[in-house]
Amino acid sequence: MEGQRRLLTAANAAARAIGLVPGMTVAQAQALVPDLQILDAEPDADRAALEKLACWSLRRYAPTISPDPPDGLMLDITGAAHAFGGPEGVLRDLVQRLAEVGTAARAVCAPTYGAAHALARYGADPARVVDPLDLKAAIGALPIAALRLDVNMVLTLGRLGLETIADLEAMPRASLALRFGSAPGQRLDQAFGRAAEPFEPIQPPEPITVERRFAEPIGAPETLARYTGKLVDELARRLEEEGVGARRLDLSFHRVDNRIEAIRAGLAKPSRDRRQMTRLLCARLETIDPGFGVERMQLTVPAAEPLTYHMVSNLGEAPVPDVAALVDLLGNRIGEGRLFRVAARESDIPERSVARIAPMSESTEIRWPAAWPRPTRLFARPEPVDTMALLPDHPPVHFVWRGVRRRVTRADGPERIYGEWHLSDAEFLGVRDYFQVEDETGARYWLFRNGDGMDSATGGQGWFLHGLFA
Amino acid sequence: MTERGPRPHLTTLRARIARIEGAERRSSGTLPFGLDAIDRRLPGGGLALGALHEVAGGAQGATDAAAAALFTAGILARVKGKILWCMTQSDLFAPALALAGLDPDRVIYVEARDETSLLSCFEEGLRHGGLGGVVAEAARLSMTASRRLQLAAESTGTIGIAIRRWRRTAEASDFGQPTAAATRWRVTSVPTAPLPVPGVGRPRWFVELIRCRAGESADFLVEGCDATGHLALPADLADRSAASQAWLQRAAS
Repeated sequence: MEGQRRLLTAANAAARAIGLVPGMTVAQAQALVPDLQILDAEPDADRAALEKLACWSLRRYAPTISPDPPDGLMLDITGAAHAFGGPEGVLRDLVQRLAEVGTAARAVCAPTYGAAHALARYGADPARVVDPLDLKAAIGALPIAALRLDVNMVLTLGRLGLETIADLEAMPRASLALRFGSAPGQRLDQAFGRAAEPFEPIQPPEPITVERRFAEPIGAPETLARYTGKLVDELARRLEEEGVGARRLDLSFHRVDNRIEAIRAGLAKPSRDRRQMTRLLCARLETIDPGFGVERMQLTVPAAEPLTYHMVSNLGEAPVPDVAALVDLLGNRIGEGRLFRVAARESDIPERSVARIAPMSESTEIRWPAAWPRPTRLFARPEPVDTMALLPDHPPVHFVWRGVRRRVTRADGPERIYGEWHLSDAEFLGVRDYFQVEDETGARYWLFRNGDGMDSATGGQGWFLHGLFA
Repeated sequence: MTERGPRPHLTTLRARIARIEGAERRSSGTLPFGLDAIDRRLPGGGLALGALHEVAGGAQGATDAAAAALFTAGILARVKGKILWCMTQSDLFAPALALAGLDPDRVIYVEARDETSLLSCFEEGLRHGGLGGVVAEAARLSMTASRRLQLAAESTGTIGIAIRRWRRTAEASDFGQPTAAATRWRVTSVPTAPLPVPGVGRPRWFVELIRCRAGESADFLVEGCDATGHLALPADLADRSAASQAWLQRAAS
């Protein structure tokens, strides 16, 4: 979005092939391709992804790496390329690995960063290694736009008849500086290696780890529990210094026979509460087999989130008690997926109108409509019943469910629910007619007929019991 | 014995007795139903918070516990705080609870693998103290287990409701076994009042208070929960004499 105009910021290979280029207005693009798929640009997410990619390359390729927003990555592979059999190997590996995850990449290895930047974006070869001796020839033919100069400056230079880097290089430096300032000269020097261009490599985020070594291996459960408590104390201090709370804890026990036993505990909300963390870890301590003894214990936080102080007050209304600790305790005991909340979904189909969400999710907005009766128990799959009912839209007179004939004394309905044609073609004509019926004992049931009672295209006209009312 | 002025030795004696009886007498208040007919029968004028209560369904409700669950939801809709709902069969339909006034954001469900872990989650929830109420749909509830739960509920003042739900109707005879619960209820769906037009009216339940600590058993014919979790007396019964009410109740059971 630039002013009032919406512009394309990026286009994939398929889009480029049909003539869509970044910088084009969205209206123009839609005129060219009516069913164009447009996604909003997310510069922050792009930058975060680039940083993640930089961290990954740091572990794999070279120790000095920096993200080059918006779309580049600088790698200083000096002295690091031999592991891949030279610079070509690095480029091949990098491009191939990125292609495996669906990212198109161009990689160039050049003696200077300026030259590599220019060749990767404007060169013909998508993966090229430039020899220091060929540097001049390699970048001389590239357009001036490759020099990382201001767009307006490139336009002005173009108007003066300067198209390529070689043209610019041939100009007297003094008059160039007088007209355009120091930028063109500096960029030329950087590209040809006459000026140094240092960059700040990124630091990978280190997981917070505390550990304790034992001169004498330990094995008694009480001892393990005691040292777990000590490690948690130490960890809580570290977390406090960093201003973060743990979302996941890994406690590993290195045994004397070189085996590692581990406990993993998850937390529903970031926390650095010693008691809570100790309780979570000690609750699982019985799963640890110390063998002949444990010589090293290590507590790591693989996932941490910022946790700031918040003000509490004992004036006014009482604080809402936090149930996160309970959720953690139960989640770690019976499995996180078994703890959930139920949220409303915008669907008329009963079984699709509910969705399980994480127990500590934010409060939800939508609610089920209060006008329609809904049963207390809903069967996972509707149970077929034998009925006798007048067509097209009368409730059954009686029905047989689980071998017992039930005579219907009162009934309410039908509530017609249509299939969700926008989800699947099979549901295009589908209809269910729901009835709330009561039998002579007072039990209330939710029955539906699969179909509208007239047209076989709307369903098989069979009757099903879907739920039980209170 | 009539009270005449302050008697310090009597007060201290009462305090000592209370201390000897321990947590047993520690009261966390009560939750009235808002219906005088029911509240009158309960000690303290309502359902004791900080105690364990048992609810089961009658007739077919022994296996589906639909009415029992909605009766429970109506009670919990009227307490503050989050609710932990533990179960082993996940066929509870949340929109129905929302219709009884229990907001979906307030309920955290626990789907336990077996009865043992169900009861341990139930107890853990009662011990936590930050919840408004804890529910468990349990088939088996031994004296020992219920005693633990009752003590846990007393220690925090959280109301605990065990919905007794059995796999087979025959197993429901288990409901005769004693437990440490403060009250024991049976809720049975009965035919609704006839409407002037075809249709099903407001649900009608026959609610039996089978056991009540420090109280007597009783039974009531009520109409199911409204949108705020309140029960109501049927309009055609509310203003009749006690004798005709008793007759109708017998007829309904």
